[in-house]
Amino acid sequence: MKAILSALLLWLAATTALATNIEVYDFDSPQQERTYKELTSELRCLVCQNQDIADSNAELAQDMRHKVFRMLKEGKTKQEIIDFMVQRYGDFVRYKPPFKGKTLVLWIGPFVIFVLAVALMLRAIARARQRDERAEIDAQRLAQAASLLEPTSDKSKD
Amino acid sequence: MNRKALIPLLIFLALAGLFFYVLMQMGEGKYNPRDIPTEFIGRPAPEFVLPDLFDPARTVRSSDYKGRPWLLNVWGSWCPECWREHPYLMKLKARGIPIVGIDWRDTREDGQAMLRQNGNPFVAVGFDPDSEAVIDWGVYGAPETFLIDADGIIRVKHKAALDERVWQEKFARWFEEKR
Repeated sequence: MKAILSALLLWLAATTALATNIEVYDFDSPQQERTYKELTSELRCLVCQNQDIADSNAELAQDMRHKVFRMLKEGKTKQEIIDFMVQRYGDFVRYKPPFKGKTLVLWIGPFVIFVLAVALMLRAIARARQRDERAEIDAQRLAQAASLLEPTSDKSKD
Repeated sequence: MNRKALIPLLIFLALAGLFFYVLMQMGEGKYNPRDIPTEFIGRPAPEFVLPDLFDPARTVRSSDYKGRPWLLNVWGSWCPECWREHPYLMKLKARGIPIVGIDWRDTREDGQAMLRQNGNPFVAVGFDPDSEAVIDWGVYGAPETFLIDADGIIRVKHKAALDERVWQEKFARWFEEKR
């Protein structure tokens, strides 16, 4: 068991080492490095579409990281860099899309669906309860009907 | 018969219809799920200065082409669609359309070899191995073609291979007006 586990760990270590980016950037300040990390995890890789550019090894993502780095070095602010990318690649490039008309469905959609689902569920429960109550009444009436019918059937037999 | 039992069937048919419609649109090239909306149309084209593909000592500048409409075509010898598009670019050249090329993420040898083999439809080719100009222009795939009008404004961005149908639909009118 231990052998398997350690083999697995080794394999994991090896593959993650392979996936690590080899880019080494010299930042002017820790603040700049922090901004770089924030930016690269907020910008979407355009060719893989479901990774941020910090995570992706796609060539375009590498070049975009490099571009972000160069712009930071030029003294551009975080907002300026985001604006630059949005102007070129649209809101799509952001993992945190701005709250506006076009993206309203993105932001509100999940809540609307949730409220709708809860409403539907409550209605279904209420209906099921109503049906049960009605069924009880029906059972009562059926018994009543049966007891009324029995003597008449006896009479017909006579 | 319970009418409610038909609801799932109706939902299924509606979805099937929707998917069929979208697939047809994709087949005709009218819809591409990988399209990324651009906010670039109608804006002044960004400048680029790139080394020439054939002569590293020379540079290719976007500003050299001001004053008349021109095309910017991003390509690479690694891109199969660019090979497919290439004969059409040669046709455009024969019609006198100025096309500036950007050889993207390529090696000089491969880029040059492709043009030597198939002909060179470009008035000039910039060499962009590190996506310098490409990111500036909001490109994320090849081939991609821009139309820049005489005033240096981007009018069309096409994110697939050019052909006669696309040309007539999106590009042709910008060249007719000026003649």
